[in-house]
Amino acid sequence: MPLRPFRLAPAALAVLALATLPAGAQPAPQPGGVLRIAIDTDPQCLDPQQAGNNNSLNVGRQITDSLTDQRPDTGALVPWLAASWSVSADNLEFTFQLRDDASFSDGTPVDAAAVKANLEGIVKLGARASLGAGYLAGLREVRIPDSRTVTVAFAAPNIQFLQATSTMSLGLLAPATLARSAEERCQGQLVGSGPFTVARFVHNQQVRLNRRDDYAWPSALARHQGRAHLEGIEYRVIPESGVRTGSLVSRQIDVNASVPPQDERLLLAQQLPVLARANPGLVYSFFPNEADPLLRDPLLRQAIVKAVNRAELQSIISRFQAPASAVLAKTTPLYSDLSALLAHDPDGSRQLLEEAGWRPGQGGIRERDGQRLVIRLSYWQSTPFLELVQQQLRAVGIDLQLNRTTISQVTALRDSGSYQLQFFNLTRADPDILRAVFGSSGRNVNNRAAAPVDALLQASSAELDPTRRRDLVAQAERALIEAGHVIPLVELSTVIATGKNVHGLDYEASSRLQLYDTWLGR
Amino acid sequence: MPRQTRLPPPGYVARRLGQSALVLWAAFTLAFAILYILPSDPVSIMLNQAEQSLADAAQVAALRAEYNLDQPLVVQYGIALWRALHLDLGRSIQTGQPVAALLAQAIPATATLAAAALALALVGGIGLALAGSLAQAGWLRAALLAAPALGVSLPTFWIGLLLLQALSFHFFLFPAMGNEGWQSLVLPALTLAVPTSAAIAQVLGRSLAAAWGQPFAEAIRAKGVSRPRLLLTHVLPNAAVPLLTMAGIITGNLLAGSVVTETVFSREGVGRLAQGAVAVKDIPVVQGVVLLAAASFVLVNLLVDLLYPLLDPRILQQRQAG
Repeated sequence: MPLRPFRLAPAALAVLALATLPAGAQPAPQPGGVLRIAIDTDPQCLDPQQAGNNNSLNVGRQITDSLTDQRPDTGALVPWLAASWSVSADNLEFTFQLRDDASFSDGTPVDAAAVKANLEGIVKLGARASLGAGYLAGLREVRIPDSRTVTVAFAAPNIQFLQATSTMSLGLLAPATLARSAEERCQGQLVGSGPFTVARFVHNQQVRLNRRDDYAWPSALARHQGRAHLEGIEYRVIPESGVRTGSLVSRQIDVNASVPPQDERLLLAQQLPVLARANPGLVYSFFPNEADPLLRDPLLRQAIVKAVNRAELQSIISRFQAPASAVLAKTTPLYSDLSALLAHDPDGSRQLLEEAGWRPGQGGIRERDGQRLVIRLSYWQSTPFLELVQQQLRAVGIDLQLNRTTISQVTALRDSGSYQLQFFNLTRADPDILRAVFGSSGRNVNNRAAAPVDALLQASSAELDPTRRRDLVAQAERALIEAGHVIPLVELSTVIATGKNVHGLDYEASSRLQLYDTWLGR
Repeated sequence: MPRQTRLPPPGYVARRLGQSALVLWAAFTLAFAILYILPSDPVSIMLNQAEQSLADAAQVAALRAEYNLDQPLVVQYGIALWRALHLDLGRSIQTGQPVAALLAQAIPATATLAAAALALALVGGIGLALAGSLAQAGWLRAALLAAPALGVSLPTFWIGLLLLQALSFHFFLFPAMGNEGWQSLVLPALTLAVPTSAAIAQVLGRSLAAAWGQPFAEAIRAKGVSRPRLLLTHVLPNAAVPLLTMAGIITGNLLAGSVVTETVFSREGVGRLAQGAVAVKDIPVVQGVVLLAAASFVLVNLLVDLLYPLLDPRILQQRQAG
């Protein structure tokens, strides 16, 4: 039978997946079995508190619990190890009341002293805990008035901290683990309070987790109580995408945690469930270096924003991906649709370039004072849509030269400062990522001087009221786009495929996997 | 020369040992130089992984100092060489594990794979060369003699994926991944054996053809000995010595092939270790793998050099005469 190309919207796929279940009733979860998950690269370091790749964060999520959990649909925070919490009126202090039945797998209690030791330990890890230490920037002190109460005090208002407590980067480890060296922890010498424990870690081969039988403190989002359904989880490192897909189809694995766009059609034709979710946080964007003599000019940056035809990009990206509709992805809490600011406007773009003094030159590339309008980008991601962006920019007279290279070359170039554009995305289920990346006192991705937008970014990270904060975030995003500090392109989606026997597999709020409720049908 | 001293003289051995040490040092230095020519920084790679890190510059600088990456190049080279001389290969920048431990964990898997592949390659390569040598029909002979050239030029990667499609995904005879059990060894060993057996068949086929043409073969045949018997008892032993020369090349082939084979079949081993370390510029690990590869190459060649005089005393005599 010839394969006809077909496209399905994600919603239709969800219906498709549900249609295989008996009408009306959800099947009852069956306990037992080992879930075999194929991942594409070695997790390198299993400690969720240390900098890690997506695969190691996925493992870390299963072995550690967090103070809070975050609803993937609304972004609202719900209780987990903390039964309740409050924020002081000045947004400087956060007080958590811990539940009293949780323990680490070595038997020690998850108490206030353990939480304090973890937070202080993450700060001490420094650059090794690049995510967690960033979340805790400005930590003044951690007070523990009694064994169930923890007060975390910051030097400046830091409202993103609440969301950060739901991430595995601030997942809790036993005090005995904190006493170990960073290297030992990386190798899996980790004791957490999660539903699974590390049994074995062989580099480039596998990570084996076993169920913890006395586990009884899942987050408020869990769909069952008590121990996990699965007896164990086996992550297999399978670098070749074709081998991952073939192994899933031939049932040698249960989950392919990294599906590239070219394999999607094959998996759908096999009617295997495909789960996709946009990663919250910054979408794939260009970040201009404003110390560069060309990109210092806001007119040029704005011209690039208008020259990109985002709707057209849909034809190249995965069917589970969407073009950018703001600086933040749709799945980010407090997201606002700003697609009106990102409309394709080639005439407006040409007009801005004329205004900036760029006149049509040879071969359709604009020139000014004999200089051609050439912008160079080095990147390492597998993102073919950039070649379409290149054509779109050429249509208004900008020569975008693409140089795909290795991640090491890109980071070296970034550190040297001699680049014109950066290209990346960044996953974070909190809009504070804007302040951390764009703020002139933060990473200052644009290498720019302090500007009014800094005040907006600062205000959006200090505001506690969600409605007012959403408004501030949207204002900040608007200012960033209008000044051309960012040229949003495409959202990143995580796409996984599972065997038909896998049930209850969900993305958590940061688009990583939560396997506590997962079970295997026979 | 006195015929009773069949063992190579001490001078010969010492010279060979000295040359081996020189090769090891050169491999170490070259790998170091190449790694430093590449413009990148392993610490920022470690902190970045798939996405961008939010670490601040001072913290990163502290980490860089921890790995001596802030020292001048000469000092870094000196430290690395001094440690290597004391058999301390340092620690992986990515995982923090001692490089020696990483290698010790990876070597058995690769050694098993290489041994299985070598056994298959010897059987296949020698069989192919003998069959080609015995074949009477012109077309069959041509086909058998052309097969090694084909085998050498097929990419290992492609052979591996074809075997997987047929024998694992379509008919589930062997697992597609992993290191457990002999079943998981079959497909990768076959994949790795193809180019090696082709190389063996090529060299042996050529020297068999040369041996057939020697006067001794003519003489024995004239006595009425059958072709197969002549081949096995007289021609093959004479033609087999050049195969020994290939031992070094075969070792290199197997090590290089293990990078691709272990990646396609998701196996643990030295090849995967090397591939992963190069991708993230984990300098100590790459250095360790280079040293291991150079050492096994040198060791095999050293053994061959020491064996030669035993097999064929003329080699030593020629050297001493010259």
